[in-house]
Amino acid sequence: MSEYQAREFKVLGQRLKRPDGFDKVTGRARYGADVEAAGMLHGRILRSPHAHARIVSIDTSAAEALNGVKAVITRADFPQAAKGYEDIQDNCMAGERALYDGHAVAAVAATSKRIAKQALKLIKVEYEVLPHVTGVEQAIAPGAPIVQPGKVSKRVPEGFSDNVVRYTSFGHGDVEAGFAKADAVIEREYRTEASHQGYIEPHACLATLDEDGRGDLWVCTQGHYFIRDMSCAVLGLESANLRVTASEIGGGFGGKTTVFVEPVALALAKKSGHAVKLVMTREEVLRATGPTVSTYMQVKLGLNKDGIITAAYARLFYQAGAYKQGTADFGAMPAFAPYELENVHTEGLDVITNRPRTASYRAPGAPTACYAAESAIDEACLELGLDPLEVRLKNAAKEGTKSSYGPTYQDHGLIQCLEAVKDTEHWNAPLAANQGRGLAAGFWFNFGGETSVSVFLNTDGSVTVTEANPDIGGSRASISMMVAEEFGINYEQVRTTVTDTGSMGQNEPTHGSRVTFAVGMAAIKASREIKADIQQRLAKMWDVSADQVIWQDGKAHCTDNSKGIEPMSLPEIGAIANNTGGPIGAHHGANMEGAGVAFGVHICDTEVDPETGFVSVKRYTAIQDAGKMIQPDYVEGQLQGGAVQGIGWALNEEYVYGDDGRLQNPGFLDYRIPVASDMPMIDTVIVEVPNPGHPFGVRGVGETPIVPPLAAVGNAVSRATNVRLRHLPMSPPRVLAAIQSA
Amino acid sequence: MSSTHVSTKINGQAVEYVCPNDASLLEVLRDQLGMTGTKEGCGSGDCGACSVTVDGRLVCSCLVLGVEAQGRAVETIEGMANKNQLHKLQEKFLEKAALQCGICTPGVLIAARSLLEKNPDPTEQEVRYWIAGNLCRCTGYDKIVRAILESAKELREEAA
Repeated sequence: MSEYQAREFKVLGQRLKRPDGFDKVTGRARYGADVEAAGMLHGRILRSPHAHARIVSIDTSAAEALNGVKAVITRADFPQAAKGYEDIQDNCMAGERALYDGHAVAAVAATSKRIAKQALKLIKVEYEVLPHVTGVEQAIAPGAPIVQPGKVSKRVPEGFSDNVVRYTSFGHGDVEAGFAKADAVIEREYRTEASHQGYIEPHACLATLDEDGRGDLWVCTQGHYFIRDMSCAVLGLESANLRVTASEIGGGFGGKTTVFVEPVALALAKKSGHAVKLVMTREEVLRATGPTVSTYMQVKLGLNKDGIITAAYARLFYQAGAYKQGTADFGAMPAFAPYELENVHTEGLDVITNRPRTASYRAPGAPTACYAAESAIDEACLELGLDPLEVRLKNAAKEGTKSSYGPTYQDHGLIQCLEAVKDTEHWNAPLAANQGRGLAAGFWFNFGGETSVSVFLNTDGSVTVTEANPDIGGSRASISMMVAEEFGINYEQVRTTVTDTGSMGQNEPTHGSRVTFAVGMAAIKASREIKADIQQRLAKMWDVSADQVIWQDGKAHCTDNSKGIEPMSLPEIGAIANNTGGPIGAHHGANMEGAGVAFGVHICDTEVDPETGFVSVKRYTAIQDAGKMIQPDYVEGQLQGGAVQGIGWALNEEYVYGDDGRLQNPGFLDYRIPVASDMPMIDTVIVEVPNPGHPFGVRGVGETPIVPPLAAVGNAVSRATNVRLRHLPMSPPRVLAAIQSA
Repeated sequence: MSSTHVSTKINGQAVEYVCPNDASLLEVLRDQLGMTGTKEGCGSGDCGACSVTVDGRLVCSCLVLGVEAQGRAVETIEGMANKNQLHKLQEKFLEKAALQCGICTPGVLIAARSLLEKNPDPTEQEVRYWIAGNLCRCTGYDKIVRAILESAKELREEAA
């Protein structure tokens, strides 16, 4: 069923200012670390210096004796976790073994940060160091040290170590038959290193928890319901008794959808009887949160000489960190999603290692898989002398195409994005010496999920929207705009507020590119309920039938002209609500279905210094189907930000581990994310093919932009150097080695 | 750790505090004075979220000691607007959507103001190199750079 109805929009498409903007440019906005409580203590976590070790004993007596220390906790202070949450608990506080460098082993709460830091040094942990493995290829080899015994799922094929814990496969047709029909078959291996989400705000929270299990938590998170439910499952609490308030959030990108410090702060609060504030250092953020997967990927692609892909196969090994994850699924599904393929088969294998438990990072799983697939397509184009844009257009998925992961696509804008490439000045501009131009497509599913929203008409006619999804990139503005559009009123008459878990029903986090789509749709539906209620009320008052009351230009009109009734505005309706049945408001809570897929295509020009291997990005264009833009600035901003994160992943960002299994670069100096002087302007082209699943045609836009850049940059560098680089990041030493060995 | 009594000026106001000798200016601003507009992203001078000026010089307040503010003038984000009258840069950041999550914004604004005081007509490259010490993970810098360039242009026009 299509939710979408074509119409003219008045508010949508305007570049309006965000309601939270004033506080954010003046320093008033309150983020995770910006609050205090009376009698507050400071928490701090002791972390394992070993990549893999048995914890023989922990002696906390000296720390407890230090003046100012109010509580010291270890895993012994946690109850048995609820079923399914054992790994989350173990990641928050190690049990029998520390599984990675940076794994929490104990925590303290003290009257000052200094005392807390001093107390950590007094905790004596006896470790028995165990063999470790941090590399994905080392971890899958038979004979590798086993990170967690007994975790292998039934479907995992033979021939690997027990670190390969999960296997999934997708596809249709017969790839062998497809390869037999090909004029060229290329088989390649690609590798990517782990990157971190790199949000500038470290994890932070402020917790209280009393003896009876009632508590409050203030936290920077993408999803305070997830934080509440996970904290309760880990600590044996009931959700209703833990009220979680989301602070303003200083970036998340998927990395703030799970717990790290929150259960620890709550446990310290309970044991000490005080409020406890716990703020991570940057080093802790890099050693113990995030990061994303590292990968080893095999791709086989068959093309005929006309450029039709006859078969596509990929086997993707995703390094998941120390615990089982499902990210490889989200690589295997989208790898070839932009194409209409007769024969396709992808396999995803999750591999555990002695590294931090990976967390989602913007389109988790897709950027690396699409890097492998889109690089292989580029290699095939070069081998067969084909145009990379034409090949993508010839094979592009359309409405009705059976996707590489199963479902059949509804209407989407991939072809429009590819056609838009042709029209850019960028695609047709000449290149200078040592420069190359790369093209790549990308895909993300997008998501809807559990959503709760309430909308109220105030007595002065203004509209209050209460939702519970942390606003990272302007969602309060976009939701207000959609509600204003629905009522036919001005944006300034609507205010959207993000509330706490004690005030609203369940919500998925701000992830999956879902908020503008799902929360927006729920707010539109609640607004429609309000309009229907008003129609009933006015029908009674005007003595007509409800269908004789219609909405036009923000007013209720009576279609029976014989009555001589003047149209009523929202302020007039709000003012008499008391006499027409009482407060006017509606709640919409549902699983929001119909999130339309989002395709993007990126063009990148790079210049490579042949003497140093240094790559500079000279020009960049990101093209994407947004369905219907609510606020164009924010759509462009998602494309630009995602592209630059992808460029960082492609060129610079890398978790570097020593032979001792310790992270060598846990700081922003050595884990270097792109800075302003690294980047050119990021041009954007927005295509609008309405999503049939949303009343206004909206598609999520947040995640797709990080999918194409890895291959777009890779293809550009390879074309600039005439050497194919198959290992990210393409840092100067790797590029130089590739040039010199060619 | 012994402490020191410090007399300084913050955003034009005389301020006195006693801080531990090893406390950073950032720690004093946030934890002792409740001025949380200045953010901590790394504590090692790599991200610029804690940018302030001391006697007009742009610094990372995590790398300055609280005691070093003695007798100097510190400017923070809290002093950038004149009551509810935003500085041109603040206005332009809102108008041009030069922020997403907003955590780097105070530091970027302080750095940008410092640039425009020294160089009212910077090139795009000069802007990019000046704010290279201010990490932003959301925007890809495009809209930030445009907002700074446009602010500079309007400030020049207003001054002319």
